[in-house]
Amino acid sequence: MPDDDSAQAREENHEADPELTTAPVGDEVAAAVIERFPGSVFVDSHGQSVVYVARDAWRDVAAFLRDEERFTQCLDVCAVDHLVDAARPVPAGVDPERFELVANFLSHPRNRRIRTICEVSVDDPTVASIAELYPGIAFAERETFDLYGIVFDGHPDLTRILMPDDWVGHPLRKDDAPARVPVTFKEDPSPR
Amino acid sequence: MSELDIGPEEERRLESQTDEGAQLLRPLTGEAREREVVLTGGPWPDIDDTMIINMGPQHPSTHGVLRIMMELDGETVLRAKPVVGYLHTGMEKTGEELTYVQGGTNVTRMDYASPLSNELVYALAAERLLDLEVPDRAVWIRMMMVELNRMSSHLLFQATNGMDLGAVSMMIYGWREREVTLRLLEMITGLRMNHNYIRVGGVSADLPDGWREETLEVCDLVERGVAEYAELLVENPIWRERTVGVGVITTDEALALGATGPILRSTGFEWDLRRAQPYLAYDDVDFDVIYTANGDVFDRFQIRLYEILESVKIVRQCVERMPLGDYRTPDLKVTPPPRARIDESMEALIHHFKLFTEGFRVPPGETYVAVESPRGEIGCYLVADGTSKPVRMHIRGPSFYNLQSMDAMVPGGMFADAVAIVSSIDPIMGEVDR
Repeated sequence: MPDDDSAQAREENHEADPELTTAPVGDEVAAAVIERFPGSVFVDSHGQSVVYVARDAWRDVAAFLRDEERFTQCLDVCAVDHLVDAARPVPAGVDPERFELVANFLSHPRNRRIRTICEVSVDDPTVASIAELYPGIAFAERETFDLYGIVFDGHPDLTRILMPDDWVGHPLRKDDAPARVPVTFKEDPSPR
Repeated sequence: MSELDIGPEEERRLESQTDEGAQLLRPLTGEAREREVVLTGGPWPDIDDTMIINMGPQHPSTHGVLRIMMELDGETVLRAKPVVGYLHTGMEKTGEELTYVQGGTNVTRMDYASPLSNELVYALAAERLLDLEVPDRAVWIRMMMVELNRMSSHLLFQATNGMDLGAVSMMIYGWREREVTLRLLEMITGLRMNHNYIRVGGVSADLPDGWREETLEVCDLVERGVAEYAELLVENPIWRERTVGVGVITTDEALALGATGPILRSTGFEWDLRRAQPYLAYDDVDFDVIYTANGDVFDRFQIRLYEILESVKIVRQCVERMPLGDYRTPDLKVTPPPRARIDESMEALIHHFKLFTEGFRVPPGETYVAVESPRGEIGCYLVADGTSKPVRMHIRGPSFYNLQSMDAMVPGGMFADAVAIVSSIDPIMGEVDR
């Protein structure tokens, strides 16, 4: 449970609503993505290009970046659970949901990066897999599925990767409390 | 059953072979010969059936608790699937519970062979969210420490790689030089491993007295060691037999499978974040990016061998050009007051106490920072919500992705080569499972 103090701090920050604002697109790749996928939103996040895309376009954006914008590697896919900071500041035009799915792309020939983010609701946590486009991302998608319960449609082998196969729940979700599983100690007759 | 047809000549030869302990190779005759031996059990596999075996998780040559499921056809590996998670300790969850001040102790335990890279990437990410500039001296200390750590990490690789392929003396030599670098790291940071030395805002302590001489001495020792390894292994026919042309991966495969670092560079692809997207002061120092063309186990061994020398080069330049000044940012929001002030000022004491109990607040935002660790691109994705703890702290561990490149390297090769290939990937399971 978050303590009162930090909860209060969050309240204050939401009123302030700093930083994350939609900047005019000054990035050619982001501009191309927005032109191809209307509804995408560009954000300059501390000097890094971030594009918020629709969930349905997740795979198509990755294909577009790979095939037409020469983004040779997808380095990372991970998710964020915004349960405790649900009222977070998001750029205009983005409908905040509980989960955010984040992918980092790198283009070696252009020597630049771009990050795509899509909002995923907790009721229907399904996103199209990009493991076919970037085979190296298969592990990362398995990890995100394992720890957040986000289902990747079309993934070749969507199984748990870090947790045991028979584990119940998704431990990096904010409501999956730590210490939920009682710890038993050796020679201790009763579970604590 | 028919008796074996033995002519007199053969009979005489058999009779004459009566060395002590040797058995007379005469076919059995009489009753014993009549008995028919029947094998029961089954069903027995067809000849062309394949076998699936598990290598690990407690196999010494899998570098920790890595399990590899392999489908074998005789000695040939058809498929190899790494199974990970045996060292999963929930470090990303822990990272959400710790303040930015405490976070370093957590991330440093991920890649335990190069802890300073982890600390660096975490600190850089937090500093970007804070829009914090660190002083020059801190930048150069960080660069020197990370390069010393790269040396120790690659020396560890030389040792374990040698051991995996049967060059056990190499293990002793590799450990010898690694110990020297660890001792230097201990002198500077106070700990051999898991230093928590690079903190948000700078480093935790200034360089101690006599660091210059010690560092240069370590550089000399390591250089001499690398020359020895090169002499021992590079032209060694047994070593080349085991490594050249084994576990070949192409640039396209490496890129597709998300491989970075020495694996990608061994395919003839010149990509090093220190050169391509310089951080710290890497655009200010002179060093070469080592890359080779063949993409086999031998090339990955060579890249790591000669990268040690490049690191020595960078460390020497750091020693020579280490700027004077503060070793951490003067911004009192993130930097505790000097120890001496705590004794005389109540405010300083409170400040110190607040900083280490509550931590400092980081404005809302998200960022991804990547640096070149000895294993490849290590990245930190950090999401802040304005409190003193991150909402999300994700580390992109290079080993986690590099393991997948096994898909391109192992199938089609021999079983014994799989050991060489896993060794050449140099995975650190603490980072894979986090």
